[in-house]
Amino acid sequence: MTGALRSTLRVLGLPLVLVAIWWIATAGSSNFYWPSLQSILTAFPGTWFEGRFGQDVLPSMGRLLVGYTLALVIGIGAGIAIGSFRRLRLLLEPALEFFRALPPPILVPIIILFAGIGDGMKVVVIVSGALWPVLLNTVEGVRGVDEVQRDTARVYRLRPLTRLRRLILPAASPQIAAGARQSLSIAIILMVISEMFAASNGLGFTIVQFQRQFAIPEMWSGIILLGLIGVLLSMIFRLVESRALAWYDGARRADREKG
Amino acid sequence: MTSSVTGLSPPGTGTAAPVPPPRRGSRIDPLLGVIGIAGLVVVAELFPRTGLVDSRYLPPISAMLAELGRQAAEPAFWSALGSTLLGWGTGLAIALVAGTAVGIVIGTTAMLRAVTSSTIEFLRPIPSVALIPLAVLMFGTDMRSTLLLVVYAAFWQVLVQVLYGVADVDPVARETARSYRFRPWTRVRTVVWPTALPYVMTGFRLAAAVALILEVTGELIIGSPGLGREIAVAQSSGAVEVMYALVLVTGAIGVLVNLGARLVERRALRWHPSVRREVAA
Repeated sequence: MTGALRSTLRVLGLPLVLVAIWWIATAGSSNFYWPSLQSILTAFPGTWFEGRFGQDVLPSMGRLLVGYTLALVIGIGAGIAIGSFRRLRLLLEPALEFFRALPPPILVPIIILFAGIGDGMKVVVIVSGALWPVLLNTVEGVRGVDEVQRDTARVYRLRPLTRLRRLILPAASPQIAAGARQSLSIAIILMVISEMFAASNGLGFTIVQFQRQFAIPEMWSGIILLGLIGVLLSMIFRLVESRALAWYDGARRADREKG
Repeated sequence: MTSSVTGLSPPGTGTAAPVPPPRRGSRIDPLLGVIGIAGLVVVAELFPRTGLVDSRYLPPISAMLAELGRQAAEPAFWSALGSTLLGWGTGLAIALVAGTAVGIVIGTTAMLRAVTSSTIEFLRPIPSVALIPLAVLMFGTDMRSTLLLVVYAAFWQVLVQVLYGVADVDPVARETARSYRFRPWTRVRTVVWPTALPYVMTGFRLAAAVALILEVTGELIIGSPGLGREIAVAQSSGAVEVMYALVLVTGAIGVLVNLGARLVERRALRWHPSVRREVAA
């Protein structure tokens, strides 16, 4: 009983203290830029749950979902192809190195040229940035497949599709997951940036709008909402990952205990 | 932005398999990368020239490079480049020092580690771009607005890696140091630091890339001085060639940052088994 209490205290203690400090430090604040936490929280439901949820939050999340899924599909598909064929990899590696090193946000102006400022543009922006971590990690993961297992699969003449499903994908999955996690945080950043740069709705657009109108408590509530979305998505990701890679975590733990 | 697994991976970050030995290499293999780049250049030249892509959207690469040459003669270009590099370097340095210091303090104190972990897990995934409106209110289009974003984003990369690194210290070594009553500073220097260094370096490499992304983002969105702002200006004034020339420069900086970070990592870890094994192989 005391153990459970103690661990709850450990998890919630500091966050509560910090929120309390924020609350007390800004209570009755007359500073225009740092409104009291109370007024931010009062502004929160009215700002986001009356109309804006369907108008701004859902479109943003939709673009994010579509862009991120496309990035995963393209990244894993191309990554498997590039990782499997040595020549192809050697051919593309320097070019990929350049595109990976390009900070994704600077592609926003270029993509606007081609795709205008609609939903398509935002999805392309998200894909163009979120693609690289998952692509390059898939390449590395496929390359790292155990030689003996690879040769065994060849000797048994597993058909390519079987080999892919039974050997290559599972063996590369921990690395793919590591890439997918980085891609997710880049995708969120790009969703916000593409909306801040040019849009007529969406979270990024609305928050900048609040800032320009000096609707400070509303702006703060938007920052908090973005933070909550980031945290929520990373929690969902970790849940999915720990399910999908349960076998891998187990194997590593066993390895460690042996060693 | 590569994962902590690629390149030099600290022990226990995943299935980092050894690079397979080169086999049946042919003479053309080393040239393939050059051919790849050359092919890309040819495509970027021919598509707009033949009208497959509208050259108002994608000018031929020769036009971009010619524009780059003209830009190189302009002092404004160099001052933008300087601002970008200055902001990136300053932000990265602050994040490195702060992340390492906080990481070592938290990591070496069991009580702090337990109490702060939930807060760190919560603050880390907050997208740094959420802070843009706040930064604009506080500093306007000043360089400090962008610096705030850069430091926030890079700090977590360093901090988390340092925490992993400190947690990786061999318990026997730690207990030995305690038995000999090493002073805290000596303990950090001789026991914690050597174990944590590979992780610090991974954090450094990740942070260097992230810092550049946020630096350019800040310039692009907030309008603080630098290449990002010049790109936004070029875009809104329809100077497509200037825009592409500046994007090429930014990409080149990105490549140099990645290569440089990897080089620093290798030098700092020359003594470390993971690097020595790679060199021997």
